[in-house]
Amino acid sequence: MAHRLSAVTDASPAAPLSVDVIAKVARLARLDLDDDETSRFAAQLSDMLAHFADIDALALDDVEPMSQPYALRNVLREDVVEAGLDRDDVLAAAPAVEDHRFKVPPILGIEP
Amino acid sequence: MSEPRELAAGRTVLDIVEGVRAGTRSAVSVLEEHLGRIDEREGEIHAFNLVLADEARIRAAEIDAAVAAGDEPGPLAGVPVALKDNMCTKGVPTTCSSRILEGWRPPYDATVVQRLRDAGAIVVGKTNLDEFAMGSSTENSAFGVTRNPHDVTRVPGGSSGGSAAAVAAGFAAAGFGSDTGGSIRQPAALCGVVGVKPTYGAVSRLGLIAFASSLDQIGPFAHTVADAAALMEVICGHDPGDSTSIPQPAPELQSVLDTGVEGLRIGRVTDLPGGADEEVTTRVEAAFAALESAGAKIVDVEVPAFTYGLTAYYLIAPAEASSNLARYDGVRYGLRVDATDTNAMYAATRSAGFGDEVKRRIMLGTYALSAGYYDAYYGKALKVRRLISDDFARAYEHVDGLLAPSSPTVAFPIGERADNPFAMYLCDTYTIPSNLSGHPGMSVPFGTGEGGLPIGVQVLAPALGEPVMFRVAAELERAMEAS
Repeated sequence: MAHRLSAVTDASPAAPLSVDVIAKVARLARLDLDDDETSRFAAQLSDMLAHFADIDALALDDVEPMSQPYALRNVLREDVVEAGLDRDDVLAAAPAVEDHRFKVPPILGIEP
Repeated sequence: MSEPRELAAGRTVLDIVEGVRAGTRSAVSVLEEHLGRIDEREGEIHAFNLVLADEARIRAAEIDAAVAAGDEPGPLAGVPVALKDNMCTKGVPTTCSSRILEGWRPPYDATVVQRLRDAGAIVVGKTNLDEFAMGSSTENSAFGVTRNPHDVTRVPGGSSGGSAAAVAAGFAAAGFGSDTGGSIRQPAALCGVVGVKPTYGAVSRLGLIAFASSLDQIGPFAHTVADAAALMEVICGHDPGDSTSIPQPAPELQSVLDTGVEGLRIGRVTDLPGGADEEVTTRVEAAFAALESAGAKIVDVEVPAFTYGLTAYYLIAPAEASSNLARYDGVRYGLRVDATDTNAMYAATRSAGFGDEVKRRIMLGTYALSAGYYDAYYGKALKVRRLISDDFARAYEHVDGLLAPSSPTVAFPIGERADNPFAMYLCDTYTIPSNLSGHPGMSVPFGTGEGGLPIGVQVLAPALGEPVMFRVAAELERAMEAS
C-alpha cells in the first residue's frame, strides 16, 4: 500500500464550492435551483468533496483509467431487418405530438 | 426477528414450483395467499408502487390451465414475483419512484421481465425504490417511504427496499432489484432475505432504466439460497439486446449447492475499512468459523484500495447518472412543464420532476465531468477504480471467495440519516467495490443483532464466480439452520 502514497499526505480539504459555481453547474445540468437549494447544495457538495480528497493521497500518474468492468469490444449482428417498436406506441407516451412527430416549444428566435 | 425457517416452508420458490407443476397446488391459490398477505400488511409496509392483482389472477389461471392440459408451464410456474419499479413492463406504469416518469407506460418488457414471464412467473406488482435507485433506505421515493417488515419504525434499506420488503413480508415469493453500489445486497441484509448482485454482464440490462451503466446489474431476492439459484438460472444468460451482456449461457447453480466448501480458500480482508458495528462483525466472524468447520481454509488477504471505493463510486456513479438522466427533457416521455422555449422547458421540467437526492447527484456528476474538474475528479476516480480491480485480482490469486459485512449496521430508524447525505453513502462501504470491479456478491441472512434485527453476511467472488459464491452461501445457510 505504502508504494502508492504520494509525498503529500496532508492534502488540504477541497475548497468549498461557491454559490456561483453551483449556479453554473445547475445551468449545465438544465436545473433551475432556488436560493435555498443553491446554498444547501453548495454546502453539501463541498462537504462531499472534502471527504473525496482521500484519494489525493494515492499516486495515480501511471494508472490506466478504468471506465467499465471489461474491455469494450464491437458487438455486431447480421444486417437483417428486425421488428422495432410501433411508432404510435412510442408517440403515445410523449407529452405533445403533431403529425406523428414529437412537438416541442420554439428552439430559435425567442427574444429574452 | 429473522424470518423463521418454518414460516418460509411452503412459501419458497422451489416449493411453489414443485406443487404447481405437480398439480397439487394451484397457481391461483398460491397467488391468493400472497394477495391476502398484501391486503393485511401493505398498508403499513408500502412495498409497492402498484399491485397488479387482476393481471396476476388472469396469469395464474393460465398457468393452472397449462398444467391441466399437460403443457410445459415453465421452471418458475406460478411463482409470484415483485419487480423493482425501474424495470420496464409493457403497458404497465414504470416510475422509478420519480414524478418525472409518473404515469409513463413502457412500450416493451425488460429482457428480465420477459424471461420471468416465459418461465411461468406471475408479476404481482412494481415495488418502491429510492428515486432512480439513488439511496440506501427507500426514503427518497416520490411516493412515500417503505417500512421494514421486521420493525416498521425502521428502513428496509435501499434502493431496492420495496422488493426486499415484499419478499420478507411474504407479499411475493421472489423479488427483483438492481444493484449499482449495493442496492440489492444491503436491503437484503436489512430485511433478512437472500440478495444477489450477479457478475456485471451476466444479466441483461435491456429495459432496466439506467442509473450508472457501467455499474448497474439486476439480481434476485429470495427466502433461500436455493431459490436464488433457481431464479438466477432463469434471468442470466446472453441477450443480444444488451451490448455488455456476456455471451455465455446461464451458470448451473442449483446443482452445486450441496457440494460443500471442503478445500475452498475463503479470504478475510485484513485491511477492510472500519465503521461496521460490533454486532455485525461478530456475525461475519461466526460465518468464517462456520465455513472453517465445514472444511474451508480461511486465508488473510489485503485489498488496500477497498478503502477508496466510496470516493471512486460517488464520483463515477453520479457522473454516469448525470449523463443518463439527461434524457428526461420533457420531449419523448414523462413529465413536461411548458415554457416559452426548449431550454426553459427542459429546466422547468427537470426541476419539477426530480427529487432532492437525484438533483444532488446530477449536480455532483455534472461538476465532476465539467471542464477544469474532469481530471481532478472523474479521471482520478477511474484510476482508483483500476487499483480496486487490480487489488481484487491479486487477492483472488490466493482465495476462491471473500466474506465481508453486507451493511455496516442493522436497519436504522426512518429519518435518522435523511438529512445527512454522506452518512447515507457510508451504508455502501462494503458493497461498492464489487460494482466497481464488476464482480458478483450476495448477502445471506446470518443471524440477528442485539435488537433481534437481521444481519447479512456478504459473500464475494471473482467475475463469473457465481458457482463458488453460491456454494459458500449454501454452506452458511446450512450452518444457520443447524444452529
